[in-house]
Amino acid sequence: MTLAFYLSAVVAVIATALTITRLHAIHALLYLTVSLLAVSLVFYTLGATFMAALEVIIYAGAIMVLFVFVVMMLNLGSRAIEQERRILKPGTWLGPGILSLLLMVEFGWLLAEAPVRGTAVAHFEPKEVGIALYGPYLIAVELASILLLGALVAAYHLGSREPGRRET
Amino acid sequence: MWSIVKTIWTVFLHAFQKRITVQYPEEGFNLPPRYRGRIILSRDPDGGERCVACYLCAVACPVDCIALQATQDETGRRYPEFFRINFSRCIFCGYCEEACPTYAIQLTPDFHMSEYNRRNLVYEKDDLLINGPGKYPGYSFWQISGVKIGGKDKGEAEREARPTDLQSLLP
Amino acid sequence: MSLWSIAVVLGVLFGVLTLAAALIWVERRLLALWQDRYGPNRVGPFGVLQVAADMIKIFTKQDWIPPFADKPVFVIAPAIIVVTVLLAFAVVPFAPGIVVEDLNIGILFFLGMSSLGVYSIILGGWASNNKYALLGSLRASAQMLSYEVFMGLSLMGVVVLAGSFRLSDIVEAQRGLWFAIPQLPGLILFMIAGSAESRRIPFDLPESESELVAGYHVEYSGMKFGMFFVGEYLGLILISSMITTLFLGGWLGPVLPPLAWFFIKTFALIAFFVLVRASLPRPRFDQVMSWGWKTMLPLALLNIAATGAAVLWRQGGQ
Repeated sequence: MTLAFYLSAVVAVIATALTITRLHAIHALLYLTVSLLAVSLVFYTLGATFMAALEVIIYAGAIMVLFVFVVMMLNLGSRAIEQERRILKPGTWLGPGILSLLLMVEFGWLLAEAPVRGTAVAHFEPKEVGIALYGPYLIAVELASILLLGALVAAYHLGSREPGRRET
Repeated sequence: MWSIVKTIWTVFLHAFQKRITVQYPEEGFNLPPRYRGRIILSRDPDGGERCVACYLCAVACPVDCIALQATQDETGRRYPEFFRINFSRCIFCGYCEEACPTYAIQLTPDFHMSEYNRRNLVYEKDDLLINGPGKYPGYSFWQISGVKIGGKDKGEAEREARPTDLQSLLP
Repeated sequence: MSLWSIAVVLGVLFGVLTLAAALIWVERRLLALWQDRYGPNRVGPFGVLQVAADMIKIFTKQDWIPPFADKPVFVIAPAIIVVTVLLAFAVVPFAPGIVVEDLNIGILFFLGMSSLGVYSIILGGWASNNKYALLGSLRASAQMLSYEVFMGLSLMGVVVLAGSFRLSDIVEAQRGLWFAIPQLPGLILFMIAGSAESRRIPFDLPESESELVAGYHVEYSGMKFGMFFVGEYLGLILISSMITTLFLGGWLGPVLPPLAWFFIKTFALIAFFVLVRASLPRPRFDQVMSWGWKTMLPLALLNIAATGAAVLWRQGGQ
């Protein structure tokens, strides 16, 4: 299990790095999908099976498909790849990169200072997740669903045509 | 929704109906006599070739698959020296049959003409000529036309008057 | 990993692949039966060796990758569908003990794998760099995403009744009464969603021959096309065996051994899907979408609400 955990973690990191550096949008999205699948495996090895399944169904299976769908519709050509190449010049990313590296070093230092707890593998049945969501975290779930409902109504409003005008 | 269920049920009942496929190579089947299949050259009831080598079939053919060469025997009767149909080009449109003034070229209800070698689909006169009158049993072109050939002089054809003797003063 | 589990893995793998290949012949014979024809009956007894002939043909065909295609994606795409569908078979309990991995999230695993299968079609269509393929894959992504939503929802009634995501628990919960009876709406919804997910004929808009030539796999040939082809049949078997497991009591049945019951039920469902293919025409794309979102989704939600209410009411009565 530990080996599987580290393997999928490494895959996730590499895939994410490749997502950033790919010039072609679809290829980048594919690496992002692989990274999401690796994260789902990480969840699985840590015992959160329900979370792992949801990660695959919702993120990899639905949201990323929509991303690919939209990128496919945009029909990006060689011009887009040129633009990507310009953005990926060292001058563009060096500054933020160094600053992020500083933050990462600081983060690592803090982790090293913190008391070692070890990775606690605890298996959760989907039932327990459901009870936790609809018990102590009920307010959060309801708030999230209200937010999503709002987003749904807004998207429907934005997407609808003018009333009385029918497309021929 | 109900119509979908009804459709599925109707199609399901077809499982118990007779299949309409004809198992072709094992089972034969009858084609109508005017089916446009393999082309033949027919003969008169008395056994002579009907074809007079007029080239009308070759002209009518839209894919130029008919080739022939006219010649005459010693009595003046025209016949094809060779008659060649390339069945790999033929589209079985039947225009040659319509163009033929003597009912010589006819299409038959036969289509078993597959070959492994394409050159075998070029039929010569020997392959095309049959020993019979085909679809028009009583018809004999030379007995109707007024042309003089061996064994039949002018005016001897059916329903033909004797030619007027221009030298004679008699009415 | 014991010897038995390895045997099960190999058995499921080869059994399912052989079944998928045999289905090429079975489907053609069944379609012919319902259309008053004979179907393939020349190669071998009743034409069963037609499968072998098709295999030889498809393996020896030129494997053509168009020069304008996105090569790596083009090659990966057909593999994805076969891999995801075969992975989904891992959770199907064929009989007690004969299951590759009886996950406690079995249904979710199946849903996840079938949602990953969409990638195959989208990427195949996109990488072909062809208008028809692109249109086909656009349709596929929209259709499969929409039908996935209520496919998952239609199963939740079963989960509520059985109280578990584990497929063997669900089968055991049907010992008294098959879920097909209390969950009839769920069964019908899942059948419709399942045939949309495996792109069977009433929902084969992604590859509609009459307008998109062959949709997402126009540019594919040889074994790469064969993978899409086999993937569709694998999907059909998967959907049929999932319906068997979830609604028709899986391996449960009198007299015959459990495995035989499972296969009898699965084959009956496969035959039913072929019958549907023989009878129904293909709807228009906007009809498919509006039907999915405006009819099927509310019905699925109602089904869950009603099932939940019934379960709560029964618990309250005790």
